Amino acid sequence: MALTNQYMQEKLQEKFGDLVSNFEESYGLLSFEATAANNLKVLQFLYDEPSLQFQFLTDLCGVNFPDDAGREISVVYHLHNLTENIRLRFKIFVPVAAPDVFTSCNLFSSANWMERETYDFYGVNFVGHPNLKRILNVDEMDYFPLRKEYPLEDQTRIDKDDEMFGRG
Amino acid sequence: MEEDNHKILKDMLAHQQHHITLPEGSIEKQTTTLNVGPTHPATHGVFQNIMELDGERIVSTEQTVGYIHRAFEKLAERRPLYQITPITDRLNYCSSPINNMGWHLTCEKFLGVQTPKRVDYLRVIIMELARISDHLICNSIVGVDTGAYTGFLYVMQYRELIYEIYEEVCGSRLTTNIGRIGGFERNFTNTAFEKLEKFLKEYPKVLKEFENLFARNRIFMERTIGGGAISAERALNYGFTGPNLRAAGVDYDVRVHQPYSSYQDFDFTIPVGKTGDNYDRFLVRNQEMWQSLSIIEQAYKKVQAFKGADAEIFHADVPEYYLPKKEDVYTKMESLIWHFKIVMGEVEMPKGEIYNAVEGGNGELGFYLVSDGGRTPFRLHFRRPCFIYYQAYPELITGGMLSDAIVTMSSLNLIAGELDA
Amino acid sequence: MSRPVRFNTTPILATTADAVGAIEAPPGFTGDGFFTAQLSTVVGLARKNSIWPLPFATSCCGIEFMATMGSHYDLSRFGSERVGFSPRQCDLLMVMGTIAKKMGPVLRQVYLQMAEPRWVIAIGACASSGGIFDTYSVLQGIDQVIPVDVYVPGCPPRPEAILDGFMKIQDLVGEESIRRRHSEQYKTLLNSYGIQ
Repeated sequence: MALTNQYMQEKLQEKFGDLVSNFEESYGLLSFEATAANNLKVLQFLYDEPSLQFQFLTDLCGVNFPDDAGREISVVYHLHNLTENIRLRFKIFVPVAAPDVFTSCNLFSSANWMERETYDFYGVNFVGHPNLKRILNVDEMDYFPLRKEYPLEDQTRIDKDDEMFGRG
Repeated sequence: MEEDNHKILKDMLAHQQHHITLPEGSIEKQTTTLNVGPTHPATHGVFQNIMELDGERIVSTEQTVGYIHRAFEKLAERRPLYQITPITDRLNYCSSPINNMGWHLTCEKFLGVQTPKRVDYLRVIIMELARISDHLICNSIVGVDTGAYTGFLYVMQYRELIYEIYEEVCGSRLTTNIGRIGGFERNFTNTAFEKLEKFLKEYPKVLKEFENLFARNRIFMERTIGGGAISAERALNYGFTGPNLRAAGVDYDVRVHQPYSSYQDFDFTIPVGKTGDNYDRFLVRNQEMWQSLSIIEQAYKKVQAFKGADAEIFHADVPEYYLPKKEDVYTKMESLIWHFKIVMGEVEMPKGEIYNAVEGGNGELGFYLVSDGGRTPFRLHFRRPCFIYYQAYPELITGGMLSDAIVTMSSLNLIAGELDA
Repeated sequence: MSRPVRFNTTPILATTADAVGAIEAPPGFTGDGFFTAQLSTVVGLARKNSIWPLPFATSCCGIEFMATMGSHYDLSRFGSERVGFSPRQCDLLMVMGTIAKKMGPVLRQVYLQMAEPRWVIAIGACASSGGIFDTYSVLQGIDQVIPVDVYVPGCPPRPEAILDGFMKIQDLVGEESIRRRHSEQYKTLLNSYGIQ
């Protein structure tokens, strides 16, 4: 029996009940949300369950929603079941004041650097990560650049005049 | 007399030993620290590996990346859709048309644009040419790293021919910014097709010669077999995709599993290796070049089958996203308005999010686009295959020798622009 | 609607008849078995035709450099057959590609390790001024950290443009006075970068 979005939604709701919510299907891809404290349980279930077997982590990234109080930073996992050829998107939301998320490095080795990148860009603290340091930016940087409150350009540069570039 | 000499010698040695100062802890530390720094021979890009060596064997390595971090994702939040295409060029710059078309395909899926078949086939030609040029550089650089510089020079000449084909279609050589949402900016001219025919005629001989130089070459085989091997389970856990994963034995190819741009109409095989070592990767890429040549020939025949008015179609009919012809802009009101809106970037995107992937030169290149209905993306994340599989590098080289580590790095085809974004 | 190709429809094949040119000897006195000229001219002539570049290639411009080194656009006919990767052995630092702030100290270190006389060419828009990446992490031009002699614009510049920049470096090398590196002006230039 081929795996369908319907079946996946039913299995998840049956196992986790209220902890998973917001099931949406956009462009053929099922997407759902879980509470931040349970992300590892959900990932482990999706990995181990014989009918689901989502054993390939395609992508892990962060998104910043500054207007959503208490849910400012989202961590999005894209999973893929290679044998059934079906994808899944799984999101968790954390407040910017305490952005703690359990690390999935023990389950997927590819999550290691992707979590470091999410930390580097958004400041998400992955609890239990073996080496949570900045990866792409300079180590001395003291802010998290991809958050919406920070500008794109380096504010200390003197040779380029923002007025002339239409963003003064 | 001899006793005197002996005593003098002993005194000298004792004297010397008192004055040798070794760095702190180095007598206990049995390994040498070697910085294979960000500036090592120009062919690979800027990666730093601080290796601990026991003689020639690597005990451990610490990686640093980010030496060319250009903040693409933050840049993309500022730019409307067409202005993001030049950024995607600079991801895997050896095969930039694939990145451009991957982005345009994502936009088309998001906006609900259907492209006509001729556009799909032309896109396939360009994407497979880009794949050939990417694998061509990778394989010849593996040759250079084992000492065989000639293979690189032979084959770079054919990259020039591919560049000429790009120039006919879009005007630039390397960072192509090719195509539009819905198709191409202009129809392929006869010169472009002539150059394509010349390529299809001459390149197979060159590829055969290149293959003969390396594939059964004893020195090359001894240098590459066994180095940098990885098993299929570890590769999947590390998120490998593309030729590196196929060399480890898993036949996952986005073109086959989630066909885009009419790839389902083509007949090609996916080469798969066994051990995932450097030699397997070389052979997989080599075979992929043959498969790409076959796909281009099939696509070319299909394109030639369009006759008359059909042969003039090179874009979808989507005036909201495709720049209208200049004659129409100057004479018709709607075209003027569309032109203004597209150039000023005032085209509305629907709200929502999408993840779309294409098979890039290195694997699954994914685009995760989140839009809140404005003129620029709210968040655009690139799923970059190089970034993800470079994490496995320490596991691949530990226990091996330094020269094998260099060959492994080049056979993984790490492109710095894609890795750091 | 496609326009028909108007240019280069009958390409002219290259011939070698005009390929060999003669250049003028530098000004000086000739005699039976000897030739005198100004020392700086002779030294300049020797140096400019045997520059050993260090390709500091970081990104896309590096691939265009590889095309320049290839047989089609051949950089080695200008005397640069041997590209070196050790700054101690090279004359010309060719910086190609975006230099991020993380890479800035590395670039400076490589420049400091080069011995005088040394020249720097910034190839590409990113090396010259930051290019299209006006972001928090990109150095807006390498002349923020090291003095540059020639800038080659382009994104990426065509190999012909890189060769043109290289020929301008050759002009600079050929015309350079012997005392330039000890002059006050040069010292103030280096001091402004904090280089002794």
